[in-house]
Amino acid sequence: MAKALVFIDNPGAALKKSSLELLTIARSLGEAVVAFNGELHDDVAAALGAHGASVLYRPSATDLDDYLVAPKAAYLAAAVAASGAGTVLLENTADGKEIAARLGVKLNAGVITDVVGVDADGTAHKSVLAGSYTTTAKARTAVAVLTVKPNSVDVEAPAAAGTPEAVTIDVPADATANAARVTGRAEKPASGRPELTEARIVVAGGRGVDGDFGPLEELADALGGALGASRAATDAGWIGHDYQVGQTGKTVSPQLYISAGISGAIQQKAGMQTSKVIVAINKDAESPIFEIADFGIIGDLFKVVPQATEEIKKRKG
Amino acid sequence: MKIVVLVKHVPDAQFDRHLTGPGNTTDRDESILSELDEYALEAALQLSEARGGAKAGNEVIALSMGPAGAVNAVKKSLQIGASSGAHLSDDALAGSDAAATSLALAAAIRYLGADSPVDLVLTGMASTDGETSLVPAQLAERLGLPQVTFASSLEVNGEHVVARRDGDAHADTVEATLPALVSVTDQINEPRYPNFKGILAAKKKKITALTLADIGVDAAQVGAAGSLTAVETAEARPPRTAGTIITDEGDAGIKLVEFLAAQKLL
Repeated sequence: MAKALVFIDNPGAALKKSSLELLTIARSLGEAVVAFNGELHDDVAAALGAHGASVLYRPSATDLDDYLVAPKAAYLAAAVAASGAGTVLLENTADGKEIAARLGVKLNAGVITDVVGVDADGTAHKSVLAGSYTTTAKARTAVAVLTVKPNSVDVEAPAAAGTPEAVTIDVPADATANAARVTGRAEKPASGRPELTEARIVVAGGRGVDGDFGPLEELADALGGALGASRAATDAGWIGHDYQVGQTGKTVSPQLYISAGISGAIQQKAGMQTSKVIVAINKDAESPIFEIADFGIIGDLFKVVPQATEEIKKRKG
Repeated sequence: MKIVVLVKHVPDAQFDRHLTGPGNTTDRDESILSELDEYALEAALQLSEARGGAKAGNEVIALSMGPAGAVNAVKKSLQIGASSGAHLSDDALAGSDAAATSLALAAAIRYLGADSPVDLVLTGMASTDGETSLVPAQLAERLGLPQVTFASSLEVNGEHVVARRDGDAHADTVEATLPALVSVTDQINEPRYPNFKGILAAKKKKITALTLADIGVDAAQVGAAGSLTAVETAEARPPRTAGTIITDEGDAGIKLVEFLAAQKLL
């Protein structure tokens, strides 16, 4: 039976939804095995078993996080060799894509990024050129390496949970040679809102918020959504660069994207035009954002947004 | 210091962009120097200038791989301030995926380092057409260089590279020794524009034309034949059309919520 290996970097205290999505895809391709790095809590190991992982590979080294990307790719290459997996699935993050990139060179394997769906025969679906094309691509090699975007599949657990076998993989001795070292790490404060690329609803603000994201934060919280921003707003220093949606920020495709005070330049559209429903609020009727909005309001966001927030709170009781 | 900056000639995102031909490759008419590569070039120029520039023996070589028109990305880089350029072009390169691209670029960088070693390879965070971010990491792997990617700040002290890498959960300080490969984000600097003096000076700067034979790469290793992935189908997504547009008459917030409720989004 074909095997698909899922890489989970630092699974933490509870598995992320995106990890469960990767496991769901892995099982659709064959037998699912997991290679993780970092600590593994007992209940996380049990959850991996419940989601169909038959083997849990762990690295012999505990210092992989002290280096950037390279030794994780070396570990993963060894895990792929040990498992005989034909597909490797990783998160579509900066680290995930770069680990995939190096793994591809090590294994002479084709790498496909930004995947939103995988067929049983390994065909990967993605959208390219800022969402203007949808393509299917396939690796021509014995091993395929895919980085998959969040919310690409619905999480499904198998009927019967298994107890995965634990296997330690020897990390090659030269894995850290020539690797860049992480010498400092500053944790960023958590917002309590959903992660931007995974959120079902995103409320984003641009130049028009004029430094005040307060009303948008309240709307995001009333809807249980994430906060986003255009580059004009992040460049102005009103909000962190982590919140930027667009070509040089994050690409999102939520069920609902509410754009407030954003004109909708091509670079911004590149990050959000595959959203299911787009709502735009802007004072300027000529803003290009209205060309792609399902529901557009020409008006002052400082009046419209608080009124909408209040109405939502009223309806939700 | 000898720096190679990778520059890519990409379709201008201001216009409609298309996939064409049997390999579903990018149509490269209306192309420009990738906006994200300007940050890498600026970072290279700042490092060179801080060490006395070209007069003190510092070199910034702009390297591009692509069809004939891609030389324009090299020319633009020379106008902005690179000291020389190299253009790797060969019909056999057409349709190269990230693996084939990084293989060819690694060979070109080795070629450029044959007379004197390259200290630093600088790239943008991604191309604005393929947008995979795979090539910098694959180049580091192929060249055996420390990889310092997504740098939002960069310092080089002697043989020591220090960069800041911003993630969602944490910001890291990353260190490596030269020679190294560094990719930079759009947060690192404000790229300069070419001025009149730079445009004139660029005409006298050397551009080395490279073929696969020059860099010792076999045609079968690159292009569609040497690629490890294939784009099998490409379909233009129907353009989004505008929906209902209303002008606020004091109740638009309520109407917005009614729309969300009708769409079952509440």
